[in-house]
Amino acid sequence: MAKRLDLKDVDIYYGDFHAVQNVNLSVPPRSVTSFIGPSGCGKSTVLRTLNRMHEEIPGARVEGEIQLDGEDIYARGSDAVAVRRTIGMVFQRPNPFPTMSIRDNVVAGLKLQGVRDKKKLDEVCEASLKGANLWKEVSGRLDKPGGGLSGGQQQRLCIARAIAVQPDVLLMDEPCSALDPISTLAIEDLIGDLKKDYTIVIVTHNMQQAARVSDQTAFFNLEATGKPGHLVEIDDTEKIFSNPQERETEDYISGRFG
Amino acid sequence: MTPDGDEAEPNTVSERTTQRAPSDDPATQDRPAGSATMSSVTDTQPSTTGSSRTTSGGTGERVFRALTTGSGLVVVVAIALIGLFLIVQAVPSLLANNDNFFTSPEFNTTDASNLRFGIRDLLAVTLLSSLLALVIAMPIGMGIALFLTQYTPSRLAQPFSYVIGLLAAVPSIVFGLWGVLVLAPAIEPIAAFLQTYLGWIFLFAPGNLPVLTGTIFTGGIVLAIMILPIVTATTREVFSQTPRFQIEAAQALGATRWEVIRMAVLPYGRSGFIAASMLGLGRALGETIAVLLVIRAATSPSHLSLFDGGYTFASLIASAASEFSQPLPTGAYISAGLVLFVLTFVVNAMARVVAGGKVNG
Repeated sequence: MAKRLDLKDVDIYYGDFHAVQNVNLSVPPRSVTSFIGPSGCGKSTVLRTLNRMHEEIPGARVEGEIQLDGEDIYARGSDAVAVRRTIGMVFQRPNPFPTMSIRDNVVAGLKLQGVRDKKKLDEVCEASLKGANLWKEVSGRLDKPGGGLSGGQQQRLCIARAIAVQPDVLLMDEPCSALDPISTLAIEDLIGDLKKDYTIVIVTHNMQQAARVSDQTAFFNLEATGKPGHLVEIDDTEKIFSNPQERETEDYISGRFG
Repeated sequence: MTPDGDEAEPNTVSERTTQRAPSDDPATQDRPAGSATMSSVTDTQPSTTGSSRTTSGGTGERVFRALTTGSGLVVVVAIALIGLFLIVQAVPSLLANNDNFFTSPEFNTTDASNLRFGIRDLLAVTLLSSLLALVIAMPIGMGIALFLTQYTPSRLAQPFSYVIGLLAAVPSIVFGLWGVLVLAPAIEPIAAFLQTYLGWIFLFAPGNLPVLTGTIFTGGIVLAIMILPIVTATTREVFSQTPRFQIEAAQALGATRWEVIRMAVLPYGRSGFIAASMLGLGRALGETIAVLLVIRAATSPSHLSLFDGGYTFASLIASAASEFSQPLPTGAYISAGLVLFVLTFVVNAMARVVAGGKVNG
């Protein structure tokens, strides 16, 4: 549970295209780290390399090391499917399995891991839904399809699904960008609760959101379209938004750029 | 074979058109109402603005609507006329029939004053051969579609799809020849094996033919190969449209390739797959010349075994086509055609129920 992530000299390529250059950063356990930056700077790309989701794109590859508590997740013999079972992910667009019931959605990951004990599944389902602040709203209709919930509820269902397997790290790729302000607030509150137990990395386009939810913030930028994105700086959120080291960061957060 | 295949496709397209035409109605009716409340965007309200531009827009709208509605009606009218033709021609012969139309295995029209015909065996042979074809083609078609959409890199999937397209382009007479000359002798040992060890099941019991070649079993396999392209192509299309975010949902939970298919692709494509299979079944039910060549005529009634011979509705009608001179015997065959016509409707309706009302959509 709640492991530490370290990225060392990470370069990401799509075929011949150098997408992200030389990223070095660390994510301590039980904290929230947000990635901010303009579109195309590679923040989502970096996030997707953290659970090897980028490998689903043909030609994508990573150089450098990404360590989970000191163990390289790209080591020989390490399997992308196994990595994803310990590093959960929540996407931009809520994506519950539409034909599955709410209960089956939550325990889908556990079932993949071979858990069949109904009592255990029910316990985890309840705990995860409570953890995602969704239990009160859906406890009476666990057998109804997950596709019938509202957007914000669906996203919390996806979070419940991700935490049901007790992941070492929880990745969130702009989890609120498809939601209304009230649902966004619910998710942000939830992130605050979840960091007691999980290591969280969140990509966001919303700088206020980064300021509200995260302990440290990483700013990514790119020199020009077609050039690789890079990490400009990473520091405590408070410092990034009040007194950043780099001029680029200051320009971006003060709205002079991007 | 191509006539059948062609028939199946326009059918679905036109069904969509007819569905769309009525649903267009509220939209076009809504627009004047909406523009009445928002007078700044009166595009289709000639009474307030009256300019030539809006009037021509209204005319264009009406013409287009008439055209689409007309296109939709063509199909409905065509089907109604075909049904009417079949009924009008069949009724006198049905009244003159001296045997039970539904239960008689006989089909004797040589004496116009003593017609004795029934569809029992035609129905049995048609359903057994088509369902066998479906049972074989459904898993293989799904397998090919999954292989092409989930396991093959796209540069290999493209040529492979062409090959399947070629299979659809082989004339059915060629399938018939191949079935009777190559396949029938080749699978005789399999048929013998099935009959020896599974003969206690009525489907594999000895049939009404003295040999094991040219049976419904052979015909069903030929039909399976013939409907495979249509099942595969449609299923592949549906599977390839599985939303990316659904697939990612499964992948992010650590699903393997097969688990992604089970959690995301199959639930999404289920109704499309059933629709594809029903298109295939429709084709198998109506296939004529290959069945006529492959399945031998039988002299005794059907045993409901796969090793029976006999005629399907289509092959019986085709075999007698040269003798359509007197109206009463001809009407007997038309009544058989009427049953086939109704059967395909029933199949379509069943497909809709099974797919949860989501066939073609």
